[in-house]
Amino acid sequence: MSDLAQLYQQIILDHSRQRTGEGLADAAGLPSAENHQYNPTCGDEINLRVTLDAAGERVEAVTWEGDGCSISMAAASVLAESAPGLGRAEFQELVDRFREMLHSRGKVEPDAELLGDAAAFAGVSKFVARIKCAMLAWVAAEEAAREAGARAGSA
Amino acid sequence: MTHHHEESTVPAAGALDDARVREIVEDFPVLSEEVEGHRITYLDTGATSQNPLQVLDAERDYYLHRNSAVHRGAHTLAVHATDAFEAARRMVAGFVGAAEDELVWTSNATEALNLLAYSFSNASTERWRASAGRFALGPGDEIVTTELEHHANLIPWQELAARTGATLRHVPVTPEGELDYAAAGEVVGPRTRVLAFTHVSNVTGAITDVARLVELARGVGAVTVLDACQSVPHLPVDLPALGVDFAAFSGHKMLGPTGIGALYGRRELLAELPPFLTGGSMITRVTMEEAEYLDPPTRFEAGTQRVSQAVGLAAAVEYLSRLGMDNVHAWEAELGQRLAEGVERIEGVRLLGPAAGRERAGLVSVHVEGVHPHDVGQILDTQGIAVRVGHHCAQPLHRALGVTATTRASAYIYNTTDDVDRFLEALAGVRGFFGVGAAR
Repeated sequence: MSDLAQLYQQIILDHSRQRTGEGLADAAGLPSAENHQYNPTCGDEINLRVTLDAAGERVEAVTWEGDGCSISMAAASVLAESAPGLGRAEFQELVDRFREMLHSRGKVEPDAELLGDAAAFAGVSKFVARIKCAMLAWVAAEEAAREAGARAGSA
Repeated sequence: MTHHHEESTVPAAGALDDARVREIVEDFPVLSEEVEGHRITYLDTGATSQNPLQVLDAERDYYLHRNSAVHRGAHTLAVHATDAFEAARRMVAGFVGAAEDELVWTSNATEALNLLAYSFSNASTERWRASAGRFALGPGDEIVTTELEHHANLIPWQELAARTGATLRHVPVTPEGELDYAAAGEVVGPRTRVLAFTHVSNVTGAITDVARLVELARGVGAVTVLDACQSVPHLPVDLPALGVDFAAFSGHKMLGPTGIGALYGRRELLAELPPFLTGGSMITRVTMEEAEYLDPPTRFEAGTQRVSQAVGLAAAVEYLSRLGMDNVHAWEAELGQRLAEGVERIEGVRLLGPAAGRERAGLVSVHVEGVHPHDVGQILDTQGIAVRVGHHCAQPLHRALGVTATTRASAYIYNTTDDVDRFLEALAGVRGFFGVGAAR
């Protein structure tokens, strides 16, 4: 498979068009936090909300609105599909593995079991300029989850 | 100027065509680099141009034989370096129709525009108001720029307005992305003190009717500032004939090195303009309390200068002059039209700025419906085609045109019609790749 085909895997193209979690949902009283990320070099932008369950322990939902390239939008969609149901520590583990894969320059075999659809982004690691695109939503979610957790803890 | 010029292989003046451009390409080894197994198709000169061997040789020659600090020291090398530096100034000034004392070296156009804005700022203080009052700004005064501008010709004016209490206004663009001259007549008025505008838009390629804006500014006694970054490299430009008061351009967009640019100013205006950066090399007599300053242009050149870069830029100017700027302009106009016509034929791709057939520089920015510019650029890159994607440092213009980012192809003297066609063919395939619209 060419580098380009690895970058734009069908899963990514599909997610960039059929987006999960698009449209910020109301938190309905559950602990939640929003985070905004912006990439000034290309103008990609995302506003993302992580909602936790009432106990503040598990990710209930990830919703977002954004404007950006196929990689950044697909990464947001895959995240919104993968995160719900994960405990906060599990979620952080997922983010860490995703980040590690993207920074591996194609040298680390992705943990498909843990990453699920997110493993499709392995090809991005060969395109250093696109790592930020893939990370945009994930950084927003990492921040938002941390803040939502803190809010749940202090509530 | 130096021995290598006599050996120059640059073809003498004459109209450019594909065959001649292929000879020119021989002077640019980097254009034979391969990307993803394809010989590079470099269409990103709007961001930065490539350097011919003649420029690289001139810089190397300077370091090999004459390197020294300029305008200080009396040893032989220092004299040679100073001669080279000032000869470069004469040549670059002459290239834009200016006298040598009307051209101030800067690091780039951004620095040139900031130099001007900060000098106006200084003129607005008690320290300088008596001698430089014509540049002083305060509440009630207006600085006017346009919605077309590169951030470099916008943000320095935003900051100047904020520092002085002046009001910043702008001439809007039409929905087609062209300067709204009718609106300019409304915006520019008796309170206007500065009118800053671009000669050629780095996004749309539209060429500004400079005479019209200069007339408006003169009618109200405003100082004009021209961003000539995208014009001086590509068109025959005579700044005094255009009638602007100040202008800025950058070396690296015109075959020269990075780190060198210029501010042009009319002699009598530079003579009154307070310095921006102060320190060594710009003074006559210094006591512990105060200093007297040199005349322009050296008054604006504090500190160690960029000598090899100036020498390199002079070699670039010599290269362009040998080709003939009329020939350069004609070739780029042809490439620009070929780009515009080709883009208009592709379904789902919108051309920004002047339609095909209308005057434009040798560049196009496009919006591909349903595909983000980053993805467009990626597809082109895998075919060895280098373009710029993003907002091209012109966020307000993109906002006015209803897009966040675009894909820009910008041509120069080393691009053939084949380069343009390769870009168009690749562009035509982008939407199909992403499954947007009808596959082609």
